[in-house]
Amino acid sequence: MSTPSVVSGDTTRASRLQLLTGSLIIPVLSVLIALVVGGILLAITGANPLEVYWALIQGAFLRNRALGNTLVVATPYILLGLGVSLSFTAGLFNIGAEGQFYVGALVGVWIGFALPGLPMFVHLPLALLGGALAGALWGGIAGLLKATRGAHEVITTIMLNYIAFALTDFMVNGPLRSEGTAPRTPDVQPGAVLPEIFGAPDRLHWGFVLALLLLAAYWFLTKRMPLGFSIQTVGANPDAARYAGISVQRTTVIAMLISGGLCGLAGAVEVLGVYRYMPAAFTTGYGFDSIAISLLGQGHPIGIFVAAILFGAMNNGATYMQFAAGVSNNIIAVLQAFIVIFVGAPAIIKSLIRRKGD
Amino acid sequence: MRGITKRFPGVLANDNVSFELQRGEVHALLGENGAGKSTLMNVLYGLYPPDSGVIEVNGKPLKISNPGVAIAHGIGMVHQHFMLIPTLTVTENITLGQEVSRGLLLDLKSPADRIRQLSKEYGVAVDPEAYVKDLSVGEQQRVEILKSLYRNAEILVLDEPTAVLTPQEVDELFHTLRQLTAQGKSIVFITHKLREVMAVANRITVLRQGKVVGSTAPAEADEAKLASMMVGRSVLLRVDKTPALPKEVVLRVSHLMVQSDRRLVAINDVSFDVRAGEIVGIAGVEGNGQTELVEAITGLRKIERGEVSVAGQAMRNESPDAVIEAGTAHIPEDRHKYGMVASYELRHNLVLSTFDKPPFTQGLAMNDAAIDANAKRLIRDFDVRTPSEHTLAGSLSGGNQQKMVVAREFSRPIKLLVAAQPTRGVDVGSIEFIHRRLIEQRDAGVAVLLVSAELDEILSLSDTILVLHKGRIVGKADGSKAKREILGLWMMGTQSQAQTDASSSAAVEAASR
Repeated sequence: MSTPSVVSGDTTRASRLQLLTGSLIIPVLSVLIALVVGGILLAITGANPLEVYWALIQGAFLRNRALGNTLVVATPYILLGLGVSLSFTAGLFNIGAEGQFYVGALVGVWIGFALPGLPMFVHLPLALLGGALAGALWGGIAGLLKATRGAHEVITTIMLNYIAFALTDFMVNGPLRSEGTAPRTPDVQPGAVLPEIFGAPDRLHWGFVLALLLLAAYWFLTKRMPLGFSIQTVGANPDAARYAGISVQRTTVIAMLISGGLCGLAGAVEVLGVYRYMPAAFTTGYGFDSIAISLLGQGHPIGIFVAAILFGAMNNGATYMQFAAGVSNNIIAVLQAFIVIFVGAPAIIKSLIRRKGD
Repeated sequence: MRGITKRFPGVLANDNVSFELQRGEVHALLGENGAGKSTLMNVLYGLYPPDSGVIEVNGKPLKISNPGVAIAHGIGMVHQHFMLIPTLTVTENITLGQEVSRGLLLDLKSPADRIRQLSKEYGVAVDPEAYVKDLSVGEQQRVEILKSLYRNAEILVLDEPTAVLTPQEVDELFHTLRQLTAQGKSIVFITHKLREVMAVANRITVLRQGKVVGSTAPAEADEAKLASMMVGRSVLLRVDKTPALPKEVVLRVSHLMVQSDRRLVAINDVSFDVRAGEIVGIAGVEGNGQTELVEAITGLRKIERGEVSVAGQAMRNESPDAVIEAGTAHIPEDRHKYGMVASYELRHNLVLSTFDKPPFTQGLAMNDAAIDANAKRLIRDFDVRTPSEHTLAGSLSGGNQQKMVVAREFSRPIKLLVAAQPTRGVDVGSIEFIHRRLIEQRDAGVAVLLVSAELDEILSLSDTILVLHKGRIVGKADGSKAKREILGLWMMGTQSQAQTDASSSAAVEAASR
């Protein structure tokens, strides 16, 4: 069918605005509808949804040191969200954020405790860089397999996750285990700790500032740099990219290196800023949440920041909510699941909007 | 059909269109891509409900809600892309959905007899027992026509029926159409090709931007008049060009062998040169290796054997980037797949292969000012009709998208231009524009390889014509002396006949190189 497509008038600014609101509508409505559906669930179980949500907000932002703790949780979310988003930009689905986070944490903590006596300005960057490189290696393997052998990155990154889980488990219980304690690594050297910004007991550490810097760097890479343009072109139309002389293989590997590097850095930041050692039971789920954060943030740095804060607030506020409103903190998992469903299936929201419009 | 209006989101595809078909006539529906021809006929065939308007068949108003209703009232449609199953026989294809059974068994004999009778009656020669996969494109089209006749069609709608045919097959189709109308059938012939309209139509209705511009007959009109009706202004149909002044060899292809996606030999031992300042046209029915040839030259497809060199540099299995660096521009045949990123703004599409070089990238960052200035200049120079350089490429019309691609490829210094189907799906006005630009490039000393399924395009632009058939070059002719009929024979692969012809020496020369 051929239909004439007529474009007329200077609609540029209007259409850009429309594009912006268009990409905002889905995530904002997803969160709102998830809150409404969650509220209905709460009401059915006999709780007052408004009370519960108020407790959640108090626990996340208003109580003593709550905001700082929310930002502490948001820090790995920001870095992981950026990592996953970059893979999306290249048309790749990096499910391996969790595994890359693990190996990043492992290498970060290893460098952190194994090299005593280094000054901080050497040791801390070294540990962070080591974590990032480990993650980059993990992501890069998947990228290389995709580029050279056509192995689908969803499969390979899932497999690499299992290897990462088993590897960290083995290392922390074996070679890297500290003597005379429960299974965990030794504490990292003082020179490799990401210090608190405002001093203890406030837990907000400099990793948050690092995450903000990388948000800016991500924006610069994707919006301003030719490499970002290549990555975006490969994601938007790989045939056209190839035609235009962009190497799809090379770009795929680079995108997975950067994506994995950001996820690995998130792992290093988490162990050097929060734990300062690596426990054997290092289960976070951050890597999987970050896929939802990336979707919710629509790949835009500001969107990722807001989504990371939102998820950080929900996770951080849950404990107080459970205590103050007397509902299980599992409701948080339910809310997040609804958000993922609505963001992941925009058709649901679109059909709701259309029905309203008619 | 009276007062048909059909609106799509943002587009008025048919605006109060009235169309009348008399018994026993061939009525041509002429218009550019996107003029609303197909929409109108899809309304008639029940594929789209009209927003308003009345359809009457034999004087009775009719509500055609789906193709079943259309078929029941004797309306048949032959689509541009055939809807046949290659592994079934002609009879099986024709009776599909209307199988005759004898007990539990399928009866194919009585339908076959009826098909034989129909093909005799209307002079549409097809063997009912043949498998569709063994038939030529022209024969497959006849099967589609028979399918409609088998379902007792009185009105036949043919949507761009000549797009896939060789000139000889087109003549045969016209013969069939005349037979059909002589027997009282009525035919709607959708096309944008003026010559065909003049050859076969009894009446002509021209559509432009969803409206009827006027109706006329071949006797009262000529091609120039029809073209200006289609486009809305006068159009130069012939391309003015001076004789070529070929210089050094820029593209050399020797003993090239390339495989298709299905790993069959697509290009077999092909050799030719293109010199600076000449246009070499590759003619041939689509699917004879043109796509693979172009992709091999531009680095997009693996070369199995043989050599390609651009400006003296060997380009055997080099990356597309290296081929571009050597001075190659490529107008791809599938602009949606290769030529553009639909979700990108126009300005970014215009730097798709140069974005990482100065002035578009300075130091670490891309330079918006240079990118915007480049876009503004190309939009103006190449007459791309767009609200602004920020408009998404996907929202432009086909003609403007193509002008965007051409503008980008001509925007850097080039030595070789590979133009594959450069005016496909492009309106007449843009065709004229693109043709002029191709000649300009030639005159500026660029070597131009033109690949086109439109024989008219090849004939009007090429200085040398090569004919590709089943992956081989079967003939070579001088562009100014080539005869349409001979090229047509070559396109069908009748090399032996061709060699007894006056131009045979050229064919032998091509084959022996």
